[in-house]
Amino acid sequence: MEFQIGATEPVVDSEEDILVPADDVREHLVVVGNGMAGCRAVEELLARDAGRYRVTIFGAEPYVNYNRIMLSPVLAGEKTFEQIVINDRAWYADNGIELVAGDPVTAIDRAAKRVTAQSGRSVHYDKLLIATGSDPFIIPVPGKDLPGVISFRDMKDVDTMLAAADQGGAAVVIGGGLLGLEAAHGLTLRGMKVTVIHLMDTLMERQLDEAAGWLLKSALEGRGQTILTGANTEAIYGDGKVEGVRLKDGTEIPASLVVMAVGIRPSTALAREAGLEVNRGIRVDDHMVTSDPNVLAVGECVEHDGNVYGLVAPLWDMCRSLADGLTDQHSGYKGSVTSTKLKVAGLDVFSAGDFSGGEGCEDIVLRDAARGVYKRVVVKDDKVVGAVLYGDTADGGWYFDLLRKGEDVADIRDLLIFGQAFASGGGALDPKAAVAALSDDAEICGCNGVSKGQVVACISAGNCSLDAVRGSCKASASCGQCTGMVENLLALTLGDDVASGPKTLCKCTSFTHDDVRREIVAQNMRSIPEVMQLLHWSTPDGCSSCRPALNYYLLCALPGDYQDDQQSRFVNERMHANIQKDGTYSVVPRMWGGLTNPRELRAIADVVEKFNAPMVKVTGGQRLDIFGIRKEDLPAVWADLNAAGMVSGHAYGKSLRTVKTCVGSEWCRFGTQDSTGLGVRIERMTWGSWMPHKFKIAVSGCPRNCAEATIKDFGVVCVDSGYELHVGGNGGIHVRATDLLCKVATEQEAMDYCAAFTQLYREEARYLERTAPWIERIGVDYIKQRIVEDDAGREALRARFLYSQSFSQDDPWAERAAGQHAELHQPLAPIAIAAE
Amino acid sequence: MTDWIDIGTLADIPQRGARTVQIDGQKEIAVFRTGDDQVFALVNECPHKKGPLSQGIVHGHNVSCPLHNWNIALKTGEAQGNDEGCTPTIAVRMEGERVLIARPAAMKAAA
Ligand code: SRM
Ligand SMILES: Cc1cc2nc3c(=O)[nH]c(=O)nc-3n(C[C@H](O)[C@H](O)[C@H](O)COP(=O)(O)OP(=O)(O)OC[C@H]3O[C@@H](n4cnc5c(N)ncnc54)[C@H](O)[C@@H]3O)c2cc1C
Ligand code: SF4
Ligand code: FES
Repeated sequence: MEFQIGATEPVVDSEEDILVPADDVREHLVVVGNGMAGCRAVEELLARDAGRYRVTIFGAEPYVNYNRIMLSPVLAGEKTFEQIVINDRAWYADNGIELVAGDPVTAIDRAAKRVTAQSGRSVHYDKLLIATGSDPFIIPVPGKDLPGVISFRDMKDVDTMLAAADQGGAAVVIGGGLLGLEAAHGLTLRGMKVTVIHLMDTLMERQLDEAAGWLLKSALEGRGQTILTGANTEAIYGDGKVEGVRLKDGTEIPASLVVMAVGIRPSTALAREAGLEVNRGIRVDDHMVTSDPNVLAVGECVEHDGNVYGLVAPLWDMCRSLADGLTDQHSGYKGSVTSTKLKVAGLDVFSAGDFSGGEGCEDIVLRDAARGVYKRVVVKDDKVVGAVLYGDTADGGWYFDLLRKGEDVADIRDLLIFGQAFASGGGALDPKAAVAALSDDAEICGCNGVSKGQVVACISAGNCSLDAVRGSCKASASCGQCTGMVENLLALTLGDDVASGPKTLCKCTSFTHDDVRREIVAQNMRSIPEVMQLLHWSTPDGCSSCRPALNYYLLCALPGDYQDDQQSRFVNERMHANIQKDGTYSVVPRMWGGLTNPRELRAIADVVEKFNAPMVKVTGGQRLDIFGIRKEDLPAVWADLNAAGMVSGHAYGKSLRTVKTCVGSEWCRFGTQDSTGLGVRIERMTWGSWMPHKFKIAVSGCPRNCAEATIKDFGVVCVDSGYELHVGGNGGIHVRATDLLCKVATEQEAMDYCAAFTQLYREEARYLERTAPWIERIGVDYIKQRIVEDDAGREALRARFLYSQSFSQDDPWAERAAGQHAELHQPLAPIAIAAE
Repeated sequence: MTDWIDIGTLADIPQRGARTVQIDGQKEIAVFRTGDDQVFALVNECPHKKGPLSQGIVHGHNVSCPLHNWNIALKTGEAQGNDEGCTPTIAVRMEGERVLIARPAAMKAAA
């Protein structure tokens, strides 16, 4: 994919407008600034009256329009640039918009109604829109111009940071606000040693109070950053390039990269030179019109009613009023209240409004040291005027909504601090009710500025799946934090049962996962083509989403009978190894319960040497991973591992992965039961089973829980009197602790419940749904009812699991090592023709 | 004139699958067989980040790359949907059950 757009082509006649079809008599709207506000304004305009203006956009950056706030996740490695593009080139083309990227506008001639760009290109406008954003503020210290001193504003800065991080070493970030901390976080993840220098005593002092600032500082220090508050930069030193930063107190901090993130200034130079009225920002009225009626301005570069903004939410409001004005619908902009969230994984920080206290303000504070939670809500005259949340920000949206509406909270004052679920009387947390209770203008997607009302309208207009909503109104299309809310809105809008509603298995069918599973059993279907035929698949042989799902559903429904379809499996399951980014594979042999012995270790060591594996690593699953094996060598590697008694670890499969254990009663002074032995026995029982998604188990010998059983799909915590059984944990993208299923007295019962639970998951969860989201969807009470309360049902589930296992515990490596499917590992024909 | 290289029979390639052909010193070529027994050949590199297309899931006349699931049209090598990029294709001819690929094109595309 190529998003960068090269330098603009030479302009033959710079006096002439670019490519105007002779018959296009529409008014010409020229936009200066291809950033978030400029493009959003055009989108709003297109949504109202697509044909009204001919549009040309000039952008200083050589890219299409991207989501600037997502530069932080790009720096942190959570997103790629491709993933943060808002409008790709097709959007410009489809809407007939001329994009002149990489060519900043250098002058505006208001009398002639012309703008001229750096390349000399000059165009006439009927309406001009200035959306030049902000310039980072560079503190005027010696050394500020040295190579290696940068700001954090655009993709170019991110590229510079990534290049610096590749060299390793130390970085200094000047400024402990939102931007600075996100930069520091990204650079730390990229392996640099980071020092943050902050002038004030509290990090993010404009958004956080002292208590929250302190919690944040401790957490960041815990992650290895050095945070210097109350620190004043005197100079940046270095010979020809940055070598470090010197503070007023004489301290020197060596660094090869200095990121200045001390603030931004509206970018107003162009407007000022054109003689427009400029104060702190370009002065605009309620329809974003400047002192010249033919010139509008929007975004961070403007000043409205004395305010300038540095966050995206106000821009969305501005763009709506602007587009209304341009299409003769008049709804004026009334200013915005803003809230802030820090985008640092694992650190939840939210703030909104005013929490400086003062006359008549009451503070309501909740601290939960064990959970690391701090919440403070400031109330004045029975209204919420500010909120700071640290550690648990789930109710941020609700407080913000109360604040913006100025709602009277006298009645719920006592419960206010416990959050919406308690205050509205529910007690238990029901996310759907919480979303239902939000007002129409409550913001759902902060990244794209989409309100609840807009999401609902978008769903009602026929966008009945998450993907469709993302494609249409863009909610949940960026960082994904609001995905849960959008899904709940889908459920609320389309009726309770989205499952049997329109969320289909994939684009090839109108049936849902649950429909398909039910019909496979009901109609006794036996093959993928049969399912596709009987259920009217709309494609000849499906797609890469439905084929693996169908293969699994059939396999689960017909153990021992179904002919597995290799071509419907993802490469890893077909090759029994994990494909790497260079096309080689990694190999993870099973180490039962994390136990190993000299013979296995020797065999692994020999394989590493014999096949020149560039790396061998201890995994997070208590076993060893051998990297960089070529597909041609896989069978030989497996043969050697088999010879030492080892089998496939299924590290590649939607299947049982590992059973982690701790040392337990055999060695540990706290151990209550033989957790190691139980883990090995459970792994012997469950290995080789195919599942809807990967499945992980752990057994800990006492509640200290060294095997981390409470974030596993199935976890056992041994206690003096028996075994606590836990289900539905997940340590992945969204950490979820397990629910306690029950407690049993004997090891055999622990094994039986494990088998029954596993089978229930195999039979009822949707393909690619892990136990955590599955249980969130169906509720743990249902699991208890099926596994704990229904003895006969549990026994039947267990029996079905063991029956199915009797067909799946053949080592797939052994078959390949013995020569089966050798062709998969070999090229078709070794053809030797010397290249001429 | 096109010079054809015999690389094997249709049965050597799994249906809805692929095999690779390595010609000395050239980039590997992936030869695909679709559900309706058509054969296509592409350079075995995804236009995104060079994923080995031969290892992807074949559906219709497309293959989904094993690394990040881009969808590539077998006939043109073009990435589908919102993705942009193109993998060079190599002409294929069937003679009965035998599969032949074009040599000069292969040389050029894979060079
Ligand atoms: C090798 C290993 C990292 C390590 O060096 O320690 C690893 C490596 C990968 N993990 Fe993992 N995970 C490994 C332990 C974990 C753990 C820790 C654990 O199991 O105790 C977790 C969190 C626990 C959990 O799953 O709940 C973990 C959570 C993930 C996730 C997020 C899953 C989620 O539900 O959110 C993914 C992505 C996915 O599956 O879609 C993932 C995916 C991957 C993939 C398969 C990425 C990919 O698709 O290529 C990596 C394959 C590397 C390779 O080629 O071998 N890995 N991964 C660990 C292998 C354990 C093993 O012996 O089998
Ligand atoms: C790393 C980072 C993280 C952020 N995180 C958040 C967040 O979590 N939440 C939040 O609400 N906000 C966040 N922001 C702020 C948010 O990105 C801005 O509020 C928003 O981008 C402002 O939009 P804009 O269109 O006014 O300016 P921009 O998006 O900066 O667009 C202005 C564009 O105009 C171009 N331009 C300037 N002069 C010219 C010229 N003469 N000719 C042509 N083009 C020109 C610039 O190159 C730029 O591309 C973040 C910002 C950064 C940098
Ligand atoms: S091994 Fe796991 S955590 Fe590490 S990069 Fe791969 S998927 Fe991410
Ligand atoms: S390499 Fe093919 S999709 Fe990324």
